[in-house]
Amino acid sequence: MKLMFKTAAATALIAAAGLAHGSFSDDKVKIGVLTDMGGVYSDITGQGSIEAVQMAVEDFGGQVLGKPIEVVGADTQLKPDIGSTIARQWIESEQVDVINGAVASSVTGAVTKLMSDAGKITLIAAPASHAFTTKGCSPYNAHWSYDVVSLANGTVKPMVDAGKNRWFFITADYGFGHALEAVATGVIEANGGEVVGSVRAPLATTDFSSYILQAQASGADVIALANTGSDMVNALKTAAEFGVTEMAEVAGLLVFTPNAQALDPAIAGGMKLTTGFYWDMDDQTREWSKRYMARMDGKIPSMAQAGAYSSTMHYLKAVEAVGTDESDAVMAKMKEMPVEDFFSRNGYLRIDGRMVHDMLQVRIKNADERSNDNDIFEIEKVIKGEDAFLKLEDGGCEFALNQQ
Amino acid sequence: MATIFDINLFALFGQLLVGLINGSFYALLALGLAIIFGLLKIINFSQGALYMLGAFAAWIGLNYLGISYWWALVLVPLAVGAFGILMERTLIRPIANEDHLYSLLLTFGIALILQGLFSHGFGSSGLSYPMPEALRGGTRLSFMYLPNYRAWIIVFSLLVCAGTWFMIEKTRLGAYLRAGTENPQLMQAFGINVPLLVTLTYGFGVGLAGLAGVLAAPVYTVSPDMGANILIVVFAIVVIGGMGSIGGAILTGLAMGIVEGLTKYFYPEASNTVIFLVMVLVLMVKPVGLFGKEA
Repeated sequence: MKLMFKTAAATALIAAAGLAHGSFSDDKVKIGVLTDMGGVYSDITGQGSIEAVQMAVEDFGGQVLGKPIEVVGADTQLKPDIGSTIARQWIESEQVDVINGAVASSVTGAVTKLMSDAGKITLIAAPASHAFTTKGCSPYNAHWSYDVVSLANGTVKPMVDAGKNRWFFITADYGFGHALEAVATGVIEANGGEVVGSVRAPLATTDFSSYILQAQASGADVIALANTGSDMVNALKTAAEFGVTEMAEVAGLLVFTPNAQALDPAIAGGMKLTTGFYWDMDDQTREWSKRYMARMDGKIPSMAQAGAYSSTMHYLKAVEAVGTDESDAVMAKMKEMPVEDFFSRNGYLRIDGRMVHDMLQVRIKNADERSNDNDIFEIEKVIKGEDAFLKLEDGGCEFALNQQ
Repeated sequence: MATIFDINLFALFGQLLVGLINGSFYALLALGLAIIFGLLKIINFSQGALYMLGAFAAWIGLNYLGISYWWALVLVPLAVGAFGILMERTLIRPIANEDHLYSLLLTFGIALILQGLFSHGFGSSGLSYPMPEALRGGTRLSFMYLPNYRAWIIVFSLLVCAGTWFMIEKTRLGAYLRAGTENPQLMQAFGINVPLLVTLTYGFGVGLAGLAGVLAAPVYTVSPDMGANILIVVFAIVVIGGMGSIGGAILTGLAMGIVEGLTKYFYPEASNTVIFLVMVLVLMVKPVGLFGKEA
């Protein structure tokens, strides 16, 4: 029914416009999803991201202005060279018009560079680094779900305001962790707090007890975990085991829902964090999430997966509105139209490529507050997009500042 | 607070103790590898995956079969050992007489398959295993807070290591085993069932990995790649200790835990490479390893 309606609407639109003024490359719109299928980030992106993009295409009606929409997916294995090789092949010989992905900031950095040079759009739903819309920005980037700045503003600032002044960082020793620590440190110092120490733990550290002891010895009020995935889970478990949580508060700076689910509520209950999306927020989020869960063996969507849907949908709407899949025209339209759907509230795509939308400050529920396994977060506060993300003028994105 | 050269002594003691705890894990895993290599000459790259299997078996036992932690300590090593025996009989045995590289590749392949299967079935985010009730809480020492469970890890794994060492080096069964690998034909002629001995030894070495998995489940995240992360380090330990030296593997495991702990205190960025640095140095000075016998 929906498909028929869309088709009818599209036909009517073309007729009204006196036939299409735009054009479609290869008579179709092809979306490539670059993701991590088997690595540490496969639960927060992976098959779920491909499924989410597929859902967006189906919900859109499977075609735009009579042209079919195709989705292809590929695994980057979290390696930048593999990611850019696939991306190059896609745009050079497989007529891919837009890439949705890729996970891990390092891979995305390589892919966006290549896409920008080719004049094609990258929809960035999963990575954390804010580089894609600041120093490393491009007119073809659209950074969707969240970034390190919004995480720091959402989680760190309220804690400093509440008098938690002394901070200790346990940081993942690679680009993302460093960026997150630097941004969070900025927020802490700007609000009158101080950083009393930090340790850089290698990625995939098994045992965090040494770091936890150092954090404990520092006398910090807050131990901030600038890592994610199983590193975050392990660090938090160890902190609880060594009795640190009785003396200092532990703040997880990037917690995805599957990781939060992996934590024992006895340990994680009460922890506050920031997220771009929570499946159980309201009727709209639940409606979409239940459809997603039905396709994904009941797994709840992460903000990266929900963002993959939202960004794809917005892209398709823009293509429909301008009647072409030509990147510049589509991007201009994407930046003009508001982004309002189950994922994004009060959202808009800023000129520098940052999708500014309301973020959620949530608290992990204790065991007795949970009605089922998927009942993880209590939403405490909605942070306005303008307060969550970096301001355009502070980002240092050159082309955007020049255009203003 | 007591300090020397600007080093907080209390913090240092804490790091030493933590290093010892990690060292106990290393010792337990390295022991299994050393037995399998020393006695059977199989380079078992699936040891890490079998450690992961042990942790998952404990988790599955608890969540689906209601098997408590204490029962898991007994049953899981048996189950993982049985799996190892099956592996040895059906896959490793046929290539036992080939070059060592074949068993290395085979066991590595098995590890990847196991990892992939668990990743497919349980996802990559990891599962949490609750701490057994009796071992919760901890003791406040003068220099640090020692969680009871960590103390239990040290005591229990040292007992297992010492028991295994004693069995292999000091008992009649151990003597058969060592003789059987030294000269299988002669032992066969004495009426000892050498193939059975080999199978049981493999099962035992693998069971140790399963046991380490159960011990690890309450403190680390039970995840498909937990074994891959630790395997290479444990291999380095076996090399440092001297390939095949049982006592060497145990002592080196403990020592490397402490070295790593100290590195985490003084220069954390190097903590995941320091063991390999030691390995390089040892290989340069004494190629057979610290406790290895000259060939």
